[in-house]
Amino acid sequence: MTEFVLPLASADDPADAGGKGASLGELARAGVTVPPGFVVTVHGFLAAMAAVDPDGELRAEVEAVAATDLAAIARAAAGLRSRITATPLPSSVALAIESAYGALGAVPDEAALSVAEPDVAVRSSATMEDSAAASFAGLQDTYLGVAGAAGVLDHVRRCWASLYNDESVTYRRRLDMPERSLAMAVVVQLMVRPRAAGVMFTRSPVSGDRSVVAIEGTWGLGSALVAGDVTPDSFIISKITGEITGRRVGAKDRVHSFLPNGGGVAVSDTPASLREAPCLTDDEIRALSSIGRRVEAHYGTPQDIEWALLDDEGEPADRIVLLQSRPETVWAARAATPVAAPKARAADHVLALFGKPK
Amino acid sequence: MEHDGFPLPSQITDVPGAENWRSMYQYFTRFQPDDDKRFWFYNSMHFPEPIPAFDSVTSEIPYQAIGANTARLFVFPTTLGIEHRIVNGRVYITANPVLDPAEIGRRAEVFGPRAGYYYENWNSLYEGWKERVRGLIAEIEAIEVPQLSEWEDASVVFESKGVAQNHYLQENFAKCLALYSKMWHHHTEMLMLGYGAYVVFFEFCNKAFPEISDQTVGRMVAGIDVIMYRPDDELRSLAKLAVDLGVDDLFTEGCAADDVLAGLEARGEAGGRWLDEFAKARDPWFHVSTGDGFYHHHLSWNDDLTVPFTALPGYIAAVRAGSLKARPTAQLVEERERIANGYRDLLTSDDEKAAFDQMLGLCRLVFPFVEDHKFYCEHWFTTRFFQKVRAFGALLAREGMIAEADDIFHLHHTEVDQALSDLALAWAAGTPPLGGAHFPPIIAERKRMLKVLRDWSPPPALGPVPEGLNDPAVRMLWGVTADRIQSWLHPDTEEMHGVAASAGIVEGVARVLQDVNEIGEIREGEILVCPVTAPSWAPVFGKIKAAVSDIGGAMSHAAIVAREYGLPAVVGTGDATKRIRTGDRIRVDGDRGTVRVL
Repeated sequence: MTEFVLPLASADDPADAGGKGASLGELARAGVTVPPGFVVTVHGFLAAMAAVDPDGELRAEVEAVAATDLAAIARAAAGLRSRITATPLPSSVALAIESAYGALGAVPDEAALSVAEPDVAVRSSATMEDSAAASFAGLQDTYLGVAGAAGVLDHVRRCWASLYNDESVTYRRRLDMPERSLAMAVVVQLMVRPRAAGVMFTRSPVSGDRSVVAIEGTWGLGSALVAGDVTPDSFIISKITGEITGRRVGAKDRVHSFLPNGGGVAVSDTPASLREAPCLTDDEIRALSSIGRRVEAHYGTPQDIEWALLDDEGEPADRIVLLQSRPETVWAARAATPVAAPKARAADHVLALFGKPK
Repeated sequence: MEHDGFPLPSQITDVPGAENWRSMYQYFTRFQPDDDKRFWFYNSMHFPEPIPAFDSVTSEIPYQAIGANTARLFVFPTTLGIEHRIVNGRVYITANPVLDPAEIGRRAEVFGPRAGYYYENWNSLYEGWKERVRGLIAEIEAIEVPQLSEWEDASVVFESKGVAQNHYLQENFAKCLALYSKMWHHHTEMLMLGYGAYVVFFEFCNKAFPEISDQTVGRMVAGIDVIMYRPDDELRSLAKLAVDLGVDDLFTEGCAADDVLAGLEARGEAGGRWLDEFAKARDPWFHVSTGDGFYHHHLSWNDDLTVPFTALPGYIAAVRAGSLKARPTAQLVEERERIANGYRDLLTSDDEKAAFDQMLGLCRLVFPFVEDHKFYCEHWFTTRFFQKVRAFGALLAREGMIAEADDIFHLHHTEVDQALSDLALAWAAGTPPLGGAHFPPIIAERKRMLKVLRDWSPPPALGPVPEGLNDPAVRMLWGVTADRIQSWLHPDTEEMHGVAASAGIVEGVARVLQDVNEIGEIREGEILVCPVTAPSWAPVFGKIKAAVSDIGGAMSHAAIVAREYGLPAVVGTGDATKRIRTGDRIRVDGDRGTVRVL
């Protein structure tokens, strides 16, 4: 497959759609609601880079820099970034993106409701799926509230350029990774206007307990939580009994909301009455946790999920969209020591416990 | 408080107006100077009110039985016995830990085979245990209180028995105490091992699932077919029968048992059939105590039919409305298995799963004993014991030594022995006993002091914070953990903290009950706030919206029953009955274990 653009629902190969794109595609195919969107594939990136750096000289230059020479890294990376953002896209790639973007705004059979220039999120989707990707994830950009075909094309290029931000380059130089084989896909999805959003772990991030789901959330966009602008509400739900066993309402003093028509994200003070009000009802907490469990079961391993709760009418389960799901890495990396092994007789467990000094 | 910790025992001063409280209790129950070095906690679970002089037997005897079991009989490696002290009428206890590793090792050698024998033969030993305890109950019932007839019965002469009835005053009274002591040795015979099994499983679950609540572990363990539900089940059946037979009109809100029973007598065959079933239910199920068997005024339903006849009209109304549901036992079993399997499936290795099965299996093996022993011991035997002592009281009252039968409970058992000696002498001499002048002023003063002592707020604990809490009962029964001690030390002025015993959050109007005899006061949808609950409180759980208690852990009665009824409950709050007043709107958070007055 060499398409420059794929519908999100058919994105299935991380080498093609990047980790995020493939994972969102897999979620969609598993029946989980994700915002509609498309992926600008690795082929789109490679076609664009063929115009930016036809012989690979610029990338070879970056690759030649010593990991310790931060000034040289900054110089080489900045050069490459400005070339990426300044070079016009090959028309075949631009057309594919423009056409996919145009289709995003069209509501089937409802011409009156269709939007010519819908607001979208433009998100980097790296192809590196090894364990380093985890620490990498935060280094690549996501742009919220982008509108208009020109804006989308511009932000796709910015995502690609973020592959060459100083931190990422330094990281790759330290590990002596090749630059030429590097590629990045970009996910473009309709913006959601969530009442609340946040993250969810299908095990306790604090204790690693696999019997609970931990949810953190705040009003509006989840970026407030990621950016550390709020102390989120946090909830612990037992997977087995469904009981909400932990409940802490945070001070959510700020709210992130996106400004329509490409206005990006606005940060404002949360209305006083909402600051210390929980952003989720018990039903919503349970619905989130059950979606989290479904995703965990689908992948067969605990997940780290970004979610949003739409401000619509209807059952909580129908208002939840997932923005990302990836394997939990912190506890997964720790060697689990068995808590106990069977003994010859059941009673020996008691003898063992009471026989040992505290 | 000048030091970091609780007040020292030596810093507790006498409650003004009750300075003479020591006269009620034996010398060996008093705090000693060295006791300042140890951690003590107020056993408000068993002794929520100041103890009358005679009732101190319910600490004196149980603690010699419990300590014998852990320290000397099974030789628990890390714990000796529980010591108790009385101050201002309240019982404080401490568990003596074994801390020296060499000594623990030496004890473990003995403990292993002894405990192993009981666990391995648990069910057959429990069957034998029931036989022995039923034997003790029969023996206490059979004790005769000599009625001191004017002349000795002729049989004593013609069958040359040789011993006159005044001799049996002291012998038979001593026999009551001896049987009470034997009952307590049976009570603890298997109990500490039962708690040991709980502690092992709870610790495993806490390690494998650090966020699991004690209540959830309790739900995996709890048996469905336990005696504790039986008296209440019998009441439900009797309510249904009353409706079926068309005699339900006799049971009205506030009805007196005697009136209803007389009314049933007059209802011919239908009334007769109900009375027959009632008689069957009474023996043994109405031997359930209205308290938990640590005070003489905790009568059984059989001794005082107020509690069952308070509950019956409500159950009958529910039968008529078609809303009286039997306990959904099949559903409860299914739910219990679903939870246990859910956690089991999350364990990653087969080894862990096998260990989980062993530990859970052991808990379920011991659970019926741990729950049901209370019915045989604290309820059935103990209410018979107090009734027998009351019969001695009736004799002393008839002989003019005390004003009424229940006054006997204001004398220590050694004083009762003195009174009986006095009476034996007087009967033999043909003169009135001298106790008639001696005891009444003492009793009057003690009654007055108990009233004064009732208003004292005992600190939840005394002495330095302990290093370790090794006693299985201290954690599982009393719910005393490092966290609990911290919340005692730093009380939250707005929120009460306890054990999250049963999940859910509700708000509602509080009804503070000090005693099960007050359960008639509770209204549909109120939140019960009480010192501690026992099985005879069961009828109340169908009416209330949530339960809060001063004392109790995850496996205490209130916790287990609340989980089964699906009511939020917080137990072990320490002082909810003092901080909440009837009529207060409160919020009970059974998920977090907190209670707040709104």
